[in-house]
Amino acid sequence: MAVDDVALAPVSVGFWTRNRKIGAGLLLVGALAAAVFGPLATGQEARFTLSEDAGGAALEIQGTLGAILFGLIAAAAGAALLVGLPRRWFGPLLGVGVVAFVLSFLCWQVSAAPAGQNFMPLVNMLRGTFLLALPLIFGALAGVLCERSGVVNVAIEGQLLTGAFAGALFGTITGNVWIGLVAAALGGAFISLLLAVFAIRYLVDQVVIGIVLNLFAVGLTGFLYERLMQSDAQAYNQPPHFGTWSIPLLSEIPVLGPALFRSNIFLYLALVLVLVVHVALFRTRWGLRTRSVGEHPTAADTLGVRVLRLRYRNVLLAGLVAGIGGASYTLASFTFSKNMIGGKGFIALAALIFGRWSPTGALLAALFFGFADQLGTYLGAVNSVIPSEFLAMLPYLATILAVAGLVGRVRAPAADGKPYVKG
Amino acid sequence: MEPGEIHALLGENGAGKSTLMNVLYGLLQPDEGEILINGEPVQIKGPGDAIAAGIGMVHQHFMLVPVFTVAENVMLGAEQVRGGITGFLDRRRARREVAEVSERYNLRVDPDALVEDLPVGIQQRVEIVKALTREVDLLILDEPTAVLTPQETEELLAVMRSLKAAGKSIVFITHKLKEVKAIADRITVIRRGRTVGTASPEATEDELAAAMVGRSVSLEVTKAAARPGEPVLQVEGLIVDDERGHRAVDGVELTVRAGEVLGIAGVQGNGQTELVEAIMGLRPVLSGSVMLAGDRIDGWSTKRVLRAGVGYVPEDRSVDGLVMEFSVAENLVLDLYDRPPFGSGLALRPDAIASSARERIEQFDVRTPSADAAVGTLSGGNQQKVIVARELSRPLKLFVASQPTRGVDVGSIEFIHGRIIRERDIGTAVLVVSSELDEVIGLADRIAVMYRGRILGIVGPETPREEIGLLMAGVTPEPAAADNAGAGKAGGPDSPGSDEEEHE
Amino acid sequence: MSDVNPASGSGAPEREPAGAASPDQAAAPEQAPSPEQAASSADAASPDKDVATESRRAESAASDGDPSAGNAGPAATDAGRSGRAATGTGAPEGRGPGLGQLFLQNLWSANTVTVTVLALVLAIVIGAVLIIISDPDVLATYGYFTARPADAINSSWSVVSEAYANLFKGAVVDPAAVSGWADGSNGWQLVFAPISETLTYTAPLVFTGLAVSLAFRGGLFNIGAQGQATLGVILAALAGFLLPLPPVLHLIVALLAGAIGGAIWGFIPGILKARRGAHEVINTIMLNYVSLYFLSWIINQRGVHEPTRTDAISKSVESSAQLPRLLGGDLRVHAGILLAVLATWGVAWLLNRSTFGFELRAVGANPDAARTAGISVTKTYVLLMVLSGALAGLGGSNMVLGTTASALTPAVAAQIGFDGILVSLLGRNKPWGVALAALLFGALQAGGNRMQSYAGISLELATVLQALIVIFIAAPALVKAIFGLRAARAARLQTSVAKGW
Repeated sequence: MAVDDVALAPVSVGFWTRNRKIGAGLLLVGALAAAVFGPLATGQEARFTLSEDAGGAALEIQGTLGAILFGLIAAAAGAALLVGLPRRWFGPLLGVGVVAFVLSFLCWQVSAAPAGQNFMPLVNMLRGTFLLALPLIFGALAGVLCERSGVVNVAIEGQLLTGAFAGALFGTITGNVWIGLVAAALGGAFISLLLAVFAIRYLVDQVVIGIVLNLFAVGLTGFLYERLMQSDAQAYNQPPHFGTWSIPLLSEIPVLGPALFRSNIFLYLALVLVLVVHVALFRTRWGLRTRSVGEHPTAADTLGVRVLRLRYRNVLLAGLVAGIGGASYTLASFTFSKNMIGGKGFIALAALIFGRWSPTGALLAALFFGFADQLGTYLGAVNSVIPSEFLAMLPYLATILAVAGLVGRVRAPAADGKPYVKG
Repeated sequence: MEPGEIHALLGENGAGKSTLMNVLYGLLQPDEGEILINGEPVQIKGPGDAIAAGIGMVHQHFMLVPVFTVAENVMLGAEQVRGGITGFLDRRRARREVAEVSERYNLRVDPDALVEDLPVGIQQRVEIVKALTREVDLLILDEPTAVLTPQETEELLAVMRSLKAAGKSIVFITHKLKEVKAIADRITVIRRGRTVGTASPEATEDELAAAMVGRSVSLEVTKAAARPGEPVLQVEGLIVDDERGHRAVDGVELTVRAGEVLGIAGVQGNGQTELVEAIMGLRPVLSGSVMLAGDRIDGWSTKRVLRAGVGYVPEDRSVDGLVMEFSVAENLVLDLYDRPPFGSGLALRPDAIASSARERIEQFDVRTPSADAAVGTLSGGNQQKVIVARELSRPLKLFVASQPTRGVDVGSIEFIHGRIIRERDIGTAVLVVSSELDEVIGLADRIAVMYRGRILGIVGPETPREEIGLLMAGVTPEPAAADNAGAGKAGGPDSPGSDEEEHE
Repeated sequence: MSDVNPASGSGAPEREPAGAASPDQAAAPEQAPSPEQAASSADAASPDKDVATESRRAESAASDGDPSAGNAGPAATDAGRSGRAATGTGAPEGRGPGLGQLFLQNLWSANTVTVTVLALVLAIVIGAVLIIISDPDVLATYGYFTARPADAINSSWSVVSEAYANLFKGAVVDPAAVSGWADGSNGWQLVFAPISETLTYTAPLVFTGLAVSLAFRGGLFNIGAQGQATLGVILAALAGFLLPLPPVLHLIVALLAGAIGGAIWGFIPGILKARRGAHEVINTIMLNYVSLYFLSWIINQRGVHEPTRTDAISKSVESSAQLPRLLGGDLRVHAGILLAVLATWGVAWLLNRSTFGFELRAVGANPDAARTAGISVTKTYVLLMVLSGALAGLGGSNMVLGTTASALTPAVAAQIGFDGILVSLLGRNKPWGVALAALLFGALQAGGNRMQSYAGISLELATVLQALIVIFIAAPALVKAIFGLRAARAARLQTSVAKGW
C-alpha cells in the first residue's frame, strides 16, 4: 500500500524524561544528605550489630564518615540516572540510591545517639520490620485477591479487626489456638461476605460499602468488646497464643535466622501465602480467570467464565486471609482491645497500591512500611531529634507520591470497582 | 444453517441482528421461542453452553483482555492445565495451538504479543483464532468489517472462504450490501426484529436495500451550490497523539472557507476524532498550527474556542455531548450557563434558562415531555437535536460536526442535515466528519479523505465513490486493484446502544 | 478508571433500554408512521421496557399517528404479553383508572422516605438482637427456651426496651423531666437538655456531611473529611489560644482558620486529581492519617502543649474565640448549629442556583461532556475539593470552639469525618437531606451517651446502628426483599457514584 511505510513525523522528546527527573532528585537528596547528615553526625563509631543487643560482631563505620560517604553514594546513583543510562539500570540504581540515603541517615542517627547507645541491633530491626509488616502483608494479600478480580476492597481494616476479635473470642472460649485461628478467618470472611453481597449482588458502590463496613466492624467489635470482654475478660478475652517455632537449619543462619525463622506461625504463613498467591495468580487457570475478570469481565463471560461466582469466591478468600491477619494480633501476642488495628488496614491498602496490585510488590511495600514503623520505634528509643510521628506518616506520604505518578505509574486492574451486569 | 455455508444476516443499524446473535450465544435470554441445533431444541443459558454446542462468536466490540497476550486470550475459558486440581497453565500447549490454528487457516498472529499493542485488524484475527481453537462448527461474525479498511476486509473475506472450505458454517452480520453479495450463500434480511425475507446473493442491491430498509430512504440532501468566501479554519502541519501516545494525526493540512462544507471521510480510527478534538482545544497539539479567522487558536482552552464562535457536535453524544442526568433545559445551556442572560455573576438565572429552552425546543423540533425532563429519557434523534440546537443558537464562524447523525432516526437525520446546510448558507464554515460515506458525499462541497492520520486527498462530491473508497483504503489515485471498492458502502458500526433490540 | 454510575449507566440494567432504545425504533412513532408500523414497533417492545419510553411512545403515537391504531397497539400488547409487564412497569394502570394504585406503587417502589424508614427499623431490630446476644444473663434464659419461653422473651424485652427507651430519653425528651418541670421539681433546662445534646452533636456532622456530599455531587468521593476536619481543629485551636484578639473578631478569625486548614487539606487531593489524575479516594485516605500524626505531634510542641499537664493536651481556646451558648450556661447547645443551618442553605444555593454549582454538577455527572462544553474540569475539581475541605474544616472548628472540647487532644476530632460520609449517604447528597441525617446521627450520639450511663449498653451501639442504617439505605433492593416489597426499580435509588480506582 502506498503510504503504509512512511515514517512518522519526528517527535520532539524533551531532555527531562521521568528517569532523569528522578535522577536529579536523587542527586539532590544524596548531596543534601552528605552535606547535612555529615556535619550533624558525631565522630562516634556507628555500630550495626549482628545480634539483638550491643554485643557480638558488628559492622562499624565512623559516624561522620559514614553519613557523608553514603550520601555521596546516593548522589552518585542519582547522577548516573541523570546522564541517561539504559532503562534496565533504572531499578537497581534507584534502589542503591534509596538504600544509601537511608544508611547515611542511620549513620547520623546512630552516631548521635546518647553515649553507650551508638549501635543498632540488626536482628531486632529485621524482626521488628517483619512483625510490624505482618498485618500489612495479610491485608494487602486480601486486597490483591479482591481487586484482581475487580472488587475494590477498602474494608481490609474491618476484616482485620473482625478477624482479631473473632480469634480472641473463640480462642478464649475454646481455649484452642487452632479453633481461634479458624474463627478469625471466618470473622474476616464475614465482613467479606457482606462486601461481596452488597457490591456484587446489590451493586452498591464498592468504596462506599467498604468504608461503611469498616465503621460497622469498629462498632460491632467495640460493642461486643464492652459488653462481653470488658465485663468478663477471663471468660472472653484471654486468648491462647501460638508459640515460637524454630525452623531447623534455617534458624541457624546469622542475622536472618534469629530474625525470621524463630518466629510464630503467622510469619511463615504470610511468606508462604505471598508465594502461593503469586504463583496461583500468574501460573494457574484460577489466576488467569481471576485476572481476566478484573480486567475485562465481559470478555471472560463470553468465554464461559462465571464472573460473579469467581468474584464471590475471591472476595471470600480475601476475607479468610485478612481474618488470619487479624489473628496475628490476638493469637500471637495481645488480647483484644477496641479498634486495635488502628489504621493498619489502610496502610495495607497503601501497600497494595504501592506494590502495584501484585503479591510480591505488596510484600515489598509492606516490608518498607514495616521498616519505617520499626525505625520510628528505634529512633524513639535513642531520643532522636526526628519526631516519630513524621516517620509514621512515611507510608502514607509514599503512597500519595506513588499514586500521583511521581514514583512510576500505578495502574489498577481495568474493571476494579465496576460492578458487572450481564447484557 | 447448513454446514459449510455462509449465511448473511442483513439489516439496518438496530434491526435486531446483534441481539438475535447474542441470544444464540447465550449472552441474553430469549423471552419466547426456541433454538434448534441439528434438529434438537437446545437451551443455551450462557456462553459456556453455546461453546459446548459448537457455536463461536466474534463480537462487534472485541472481547479481548488488553493486558493479556494473544495466547492467554485464546486459552481463557478453555485452559489446558497440568497438575490436577492446582490447575497450572500449560502455556506451551496454548502457544502451539495458536500456532497450529493460525497456520491451518492462514491467520498470522504472534502468540506472545500483548493484545493492546496490536492493530484492530489483527485483534479481530485473534478473536477468530480464539473461536477456532474451540472447535466450533458455527462461527458468528458480528459486523466484522465495521472497523476494517477495504483491504483488511478483503483479507477477512478470504479467511471466511477458507473456513467455509474447511466445512465451518458462518453467520455474517452486516449492513453492507456489497460484502454480502460478495460472499454469502444465503441472505436473511431482518427489520425491526423480524425476518422480512430470505434472498439469494443473486438479488440486486436495490432489492436487498429495499427489503432491509422497508421504504426507500434517500440520503440525498437538497442544497444550492456553495459560495465559498474567506478561509475561516486553517490547519497546518498538525500533529496529535491519541491517549496511548500513538501518533493519531500526522501532519494534517486543511482549510475550510466561510459558506462551504468540508467533509472528512475515512474509516473510523484514522485520526478524525483526534483531529477534531485538537481543533476544539480538547487535545494537546504537539506541532503545527490551527488558525480561526486569523487568530491562532491552538493552545486555547475549549471554552475560549467555543466563545470565539465555534460550534461543536461531538461524535459520541452520550459521552461528550450531553449530561444525561441533566434536564433538556440545562443541556441547552451547557456551554453558556455563565453568560448573560443565563447567568449573572455567581448566580444562575433559571427563568432565562427555562424560557430559552422552550424556544429552542420549539425551533428545533425536540420531542420531549417538558424542558425539565432528563435528557437521557429522550430518543437518540431528539438527544442529537438538543446538541445541535445548543450549538447553533449562537453566532458561529465555524461549525464542527462529528458523526452528526450516528444512531439517529431517519427523520432527525433529514432535519439535522437541513440545519447544517442552512448554517452553511448563512456563511458559516462547516467541517463535517463522518464515517458514513453517503453522508459526507451528500453534505460536503469538498471531501477530504483521511487515512492513518493524514489527508490523502481532497476531492469533489461528484467523484465516484469507488475512487473515494480507494483513498479511504490508503491507495492514492495511481492504478490499483479494481474490485477494491468494498469501502463504497462504508458505514459506521451500529451505535453501541442499538444492541438492546427486540426480537421474535 | 472510567466512571460507572449505577443510577444511570450500565449498572442499572432496566434503565439501559430507555437511554439506548434503538433510534429508529423509539423514534418510529414520531415519524408519523402508518398505523401498522406503530403497532409493530410497539409489538416488539420487550416487557422490560422502561415506563418512560413506553408511555412516551404511546403518547407520541397517539398524537402523531392514527390515534386509534397507535394507541390500541401498545395497550393491547402490554396487556396480553405477560403479567410481568403489567405489574412490572405500572404503565397500564397509569393510563387506567387506578391512579391511587399507581401512587401506592410509587410509594413502595421509589419513595426514598419509605426505604429510609424501613432501613431504620431493620437497624433497630438488628441492634436489639445484638443487645440480647451480648447479654450472658439473657442468653442463658434461651437455654431453656422450650421449657419456659416467657423467661427468655421477658428478659429480652426488658433489656432491649430499657436500652432504646434511654436512647430516646437521651436524644429527644425525658418524660420524667417534663413532669418534674410541671410540678416544679426541676427547671426547664432538664426538659431541653436532650435536644440541646442532640443539636450539639449534630452541628459538626452537618458540616462534614455537607463536605462529603458536595464532593459527591462533583463526582469526587472525599473520604478525607476526617483529615480536613482534623486540620481545621488544629488551626482553629491555634488561632483560638495563640492570637490575642477581641471577642467577636477572635471567633471569626478562629473559624476562618479552621476553614483554611480544611481547605488546604482538600486542595492537595484536589490538585493531584486534577493535574495527575491521582485517585482522590486513595489520597484522602492517606491524608487522614497524615493529619492524625500531625495532630499528635503538634500537641506536644512548646507553646502549644498545656504546661500544667503531663498528658497530650494543648492549651485551651480563649473564651473570646468560643461559640456562644444559645440557651444559657447549663445547656451545651451553641451557635454552631446556627452556622450549620446557614451552611446548609449556602450549599443548597451553591448547588442549585449558582454557576459554579452548575459546573460541578455537570462535571460530576459527566466530566467528558462538561469538558467538551468548555467547563474546566481541572479547575472545578480543585475548587470543589477546597470548598469541601473548608466545610469539613469548619466542622472541625466546631469541635474545639464549641462546647464539645476546648483544647486539642489526639481524639479531639472524634469520628466526625467518617460519620460525615454516612450522613452524606443517608441524606442522599442533598443539602437539607444531609442536615436531617446529621440530626438523626446527632440524636443517636446523644441518646447513646445516656444509654451507656443508664442502661449500661455501650455507646458503640450507636455506631453499629448508624452503619447498619446506611448499609440498608445503600441497598434498597435488599430492604425491599426483606419486607417482601417489589424491588424492580430499586437500582434507581442508588445513592452513590460507583467508580474504580
